[in-house]
Amino acid sequence: MWGRLRAMVVKELWAILRDPRARIILFLPPIVQLFIFGFAGTLEVKNFDVGVYNRDGGAWSRELVERLSGSPNVRRIVPIGSADEVRAAIDGRLVIAVVMLDQQFSANISAHRPAVIQAVYDGRRSNSAQIVSAYLDRIVANLGAAIRPTPVVGLRAARSQSVVTNWFNPNLDYLWFTMPGLVVVISMVSGLAVTAQTVARERELGTFDQLMVSPLRVSETLIGKMVPPLLVGTFNVTLYLLLIPTVFGVPLTGSLFAFYVALACYMCALIGVGMLVSALAHTQQQAFLGAFLIIVPVILLSGFASPVDNMPGWLQVLAQANPAKHFLIVSEGVFLQAMPVREVLANTWPLAVIALVTLTAASLLFRSRIE
Amino acid sequence: MSAGFNRRRFYAMLVKESLQIMRDPSTFLIAFVLPMIMLFFFGYAVSLDPPRIRIGVALEDPGPAALSLSTAFERSPYFQVNGARSVETLEHEMAAGRIHGIVVIPQDFSRRLHARGDVAGIQIITDGSLPNTASFFAAYAEGVRANWQAGQAIRISRAAAHPIEVAHRFWFNPELASRFFLIPGSIAIVMTMIGTLLTALVIAREWERGTMEAIMATPVGMSELLATKVIPYFLLGLGSMAVCTLLAIFLFGVPFRGSALGILALSSAFLVPALGQGLLISAVTKNQFVASQVAILSAFLPGIILSGFLFEIASMPTAIRALTYIVPARYLIPPLQSVFLVGDLWVMFSKDMAILLGFGALFFVLAIRATRRRIA
Repeated sequence: MWGRLRAMVVKELWAILRDPRARIILFLPPIVQLFIFGFAGTLEVKNFDVGVYNRDGGAWSRELVERLSGSPNVRRIVPIGSADEVRAAIDGRLVIAVVMLDQQFSANISAHRPAVIQAVYDGRRSNSAQIVSAYLDRIVANLGAAIRPTPVVGLRAARSQSVVTNWFNPNLDYLWFTMPGLVVVISMVSGLAVTAQTVARERELGTFDQLMVSPLRVSETLIGKMVPPLLVGTFNVTLYLLLIPTVFGVPLTGSLFAFYVALACYMCALIGVGMLVSALAHTQQQAFLGAFLIIVPVILLSGFASPVDNMPGWLQVLAQANPAKHFLIVSEGVFLQAMPVREVLANTWPLAVIALVTLTAASLLFRSRIE
Repeated sequence: MSAGFNRRRFYAMLVKESLQIMRDPSTFLIAFVLPMIMLFFFGYAVSLDPPRIRIGVALEDPGPAALSLSTAFERSPYFQVNGARSVETLEHEMAAGRIHGIVVIPQDFSRRLHARGDVAGIQIITDGSLPNTASFFAAYAEGVRANWQAGQAIRISRAAAHPIEVAHRFWFNPELASRFFLIPGSIAIVMTMIGTLLTALVIAREWERGTMEAIMATPVGMSELLATKVIPYFLLGLGSMAVCTLLAIFLFGVPFRGSALGILALSSAFLVPALGQGLLISAVTKNQFVASQVAILSAFLPGIILSGFLFEIASMPTAIRALTYIVPARYLIPPLQSVFLVGDLWVMFSKDMAILLGFGALFFVLAIRATRRRIA
């Protein structure tokens, strides 16, 4: 049995690595993606342009504009001369927000009357607009504090304050979140697509039926088919583990052994899903589309695109069946949180269950198709 | 190969190609079922709205003031609170990823709160492995504390506390619903899928099987052939765009303030480069596996990540920002969001459409050249 299995594995490795273009596709894009998407995938809002419609011109309005343009997140202040221009600047996406100061602004402040700033935002980008509005609030609050230092009015007034500490990622660097997440997503896309399409290709060409009538057992054939994506995936992820701490400076704090155990279960779960897709598909085209149909929800329900806690309850239940959701917790945990081995394993057993279910279903389907 | 254009032959080819597509059941899967699934997940699963964060509050001080602050956290709609007497249990929960923030109200809180000249501190510990959630948590937790304190303080007048007030108004989307901009954006992703992925895959299959060469050996001209190949997909793309738009409006309640003509013009302009890219990929790779991977890499993933769909282009590093200029979806997503939320902004649309058509022309010329070289 071992001799047959070995021959099968060698054959599979040759089949996948023989084509030079396929070789490039397996190894180069995952690295390129890591670099491009790692830097691009940020929900931070920086370098934005803000319009200022200043009808006041007094000292306090100039001070505010000064402080706005001094903010490290603001790239440029766009002066705006009329109400029509406000509309045009927002519509044409020239600025994300316009700050409007009325004629009484400085006078109100000097007279100790409340001064009001109108700010309009581009709601087409409501998420970024909200973040910009928080920046503006902070700048205005600072200016307010400079105008009138905290009054000691109520002597018996209770005073409290909060001190913020960020664990695992002291500067809340977004890259620290993106990188461990990309490990999960990129290895998933290649693992799933490679499995689904290599099997479907053999079926389209008819060589899969030849394998099925060879002395190999169905389980041996399937194990042979599992080895190449498993090796390719492990190789790519190992490369990430080397690159991410050295090139991107993201700490790798947890147990590598536990990580690899979880990775093996994750890859097996993905391969199981890929096998299931290819068992149901008749052509490569169908296999590709099937894989695609799965990749999109798997990414969206993983917690990488947006937190799982934000989803409606029934989708959170569905997300439990998503291997990427569990492995994302492990990956973020092992990189940033020095996650204890026990916790890693607690997130690994669902992966093992998914792998077991999908692989069994795939082998049953293959077997029933032969008979 | 003959050069002249023959109308009868052209129609015959067009009918043949259309029948071939219509007969394939997977076509409908892609054109109508897949977009619905995509829209469904983008509509329900992805939300960039402020999350309801699971946090822990360590109430180490049994005093009434501390208790009322802790209740303020429990009442906040943004938090789902796990109470605890000590911080150690919560620290463990956070390392395990079950909660994403901790508020510590220390033992001396009540005492220092009322001590003259002293300030009572609470500690806010965020889970930095989720930076976005962490900054939301820090900001909202601070807000809860400040509100609570304002409720406690009696004598500080509002004007004295806040000499300047900001009135924020969010145009086009006052509800601040992220699905209002995500769903129009996902229509662009759906069209990328049909235009580029499907076309690349199907035509690569023809190359793989040799049927492409077989047709090339007939008197059909090159551009005639490519045109008959892409026109059915163009119509399929528009059909699926229409389905998505109707779903967006009637199922997800996204406002539609532009015109049907506007969205039709934008989609048509986008499908030209999308189809051109698909043709080019299939002509260069001629292998279904490689073509599908190249299409995912060069069209689908950039369409999601480098187009401004999920992530602000302005926030990206300069080199990446430069790269976004060659992603066609970048020129579709802003006008598509505008046609839904703002209305027809023809000045903006015409500029983006011109760029899209320019990309389209480039891709088609390259595709024709790549095809020709293969035969020679």
